[in-house]
Amino acid sequence: MTSTTLTPDRPAISRRPVRSGRPLTRVSGLGLGVAMLWFSLLVLIPLAAVVVTASAGGWSSYWQAVTNEQTAAAIELTVGTAFLVTLLNIVMGTMIAWVLVRDRFFGKRALEILIDIPFALPTIVAGLVLLSLYGKTSPLGIDIANTPKAVFLAFLFVTLPFVVRTVQPVLAELDRDVEEAAMSLGASRFTVFRRIILPSLTPAIAAGAALSFARGVSEYGSLVLLSGNLPLKTEVASVRILSSIENDNYDIAAAVATILLAISFIVIVALDVIQRRMVRRG
Amino acid sequence: MASHPSTRTRRGPVTYLVRLIVIVYLFFLVAWPVYLVGKNTFADGMDNINSIIEDPDIVHALSLTVQVAIIAVIINTLFGVGISILLVRYDFPGKRLLSALLDMPLSVSPIVVGLALILVYGGRNGWFGPGLESMGFQVIFATPGIVLATVFVALPLVIREVVPVLEEVGEEQEQAARSLGANAWQTFLRITLPSIKWGVVYGVVLSLARSLGEFGAVKVVSGNVLGETRTATLVVEEKYLNFDKGGSYATAFLLALVAVACIIIVSVIRPKEDR
Repeated sequence: MTSTTLTPDRPAISRRPVRSGRPLTRVSGLGLGVAMLWFSLLVLIPLAAVVVTASAGGWSSYWQAVTNEQTAAAIELTVGTAFLVTLLNIVMGTMIAWVLVRDRFFGKRALEILIDIPFALPTIVAGLVLLSLYGKTSPLGIDIANTPKAVFLAFLFVTLPFVVRTVQPVLAELDRDVEEAAMSLGASRFTVFRRIILPSLTPAIAAGAALSFARGVSEYGSLVLLSGNLPLKTEVASVRILSSIENDNYDIAAAVATILLAISFIVIVALDVIQRRMVRRG
Repeated sequence: MASHPSTRTRRGPVTYLVRLIVIVYLFFLVAWPVYLVGKNTFADGMDNINSIIEDPDIVHALSLTVQVAIIAVIINTLFGVGISILLVRYDFPGKRLLSALLDMPLSVSPIVVGLALILVYGGRNGWFGPGLESMGFQVIFATPGIVLATVFVALPLVIREVVPVLEEVGEEQEQAARSLGANAWQTFLRITLPSIKWGVVYGVVLSLARSLGEFGAVKVVSGNVLGETRTATLVVEEKYLNFDKGGSYATAFLLALVAVACIIIVSVIRPKEDR
């Protein structure tokens, strides 16, 4: 398997607590304590602070904050675009994974590296990169900067690796004998794909789609230069939160942030369920 | 495999069509745009690169970025290796929940990360901020805040690489070492660490790439003060918005170069590991 690298998710699938672990010793117990203290100070307490701040003003002020016209438009754009991008990623990601695993041609290694670039590239640089081909000075004459299409493009770029990298390892380990048996019994290639390959890939595709959706919804950096952050038009949820922070409206910022946190929490739960199903299938 | 008869039948027109679609898609989405940034950087020869190298504020931003990234990578490596061993080798209540929560930083918006850190460590009305500040320790709008934000966003990467390796190598050698009288530290140093070495290396390279490139969370917590808390990614934004596109492209080019180098390093080492 030449599948490389930045695999945001391959480990996610194989990571699960092993039941046969030893009970904690004194040293490992202390280690766990220190690790938990650090994790709490860095991640858990700050995230809890967001939820506490959002709920401090009561339900009505929370509702007012998230249904504000500009905020609601930003959330709708973010979630809607992330959804569309995820649909496209399901199709393109599966195709790319298929090419990487089943096809052989000169330069395939370069494709592997291209897939990982969006994951490693700083998001602000990703925005600049897209702007140079799809902005004002585009050599193609396509200028979509400061339009909702720019948001779509930016999401598409940053979420590229997720479906590819979850589907690829599963596809690589698929048993080909079943496919050959089906074909020798007269099944067409399309039937083989639909009845044999696709069902085994579905959990991996779902896991990749969930990650891609979560990444899209939380995107910020690549949009800064590309989308212009026009209110009601190209402004996404993260930008709304940032402008509330800059105006010292931490309550409103926290209220909008809880929606993003809820989405990422749902995605984590969904991933956990999908992974358990994949494990059961073996 | 190549000589297998059924392999040849698969290479129908559909194969070539799918290959073509994938190549065209990746060319327009990734390859060409990335190439253009390189081209724009060197449009005037070395002028753009020279102008940022000679600007002391940008050199400061670059060195701040590198320092923060190194500190963040060290913290995440120690934490990541430790927690991976605990997750894989030990049993404790709440393990599954912890394992899921450790992934949280990957799917949280960087702006929310920044907001969360301000709400707790902000100097004026954060939960712990005023207390820390009265002890003379400023977190937000200072380097410690940048380090915290960077550690937060890159936290799961080492764990994600090390856990599967630990699961795969199993426990037999460690048990053998222990039954022969090695203590926990000796077992870790002589048996566990060498066997997870490559997992740790990938994790470190990925964390480094992520840490050097963090933008949103750092923007919120750093205060973005020129020559003090402005990092390289903030320079890219600032230069672009101030119509110094050359400087913006040059800084972006340096960051992209490091990111691509990290990917290539990982992809060159990994196949040797994957059987």
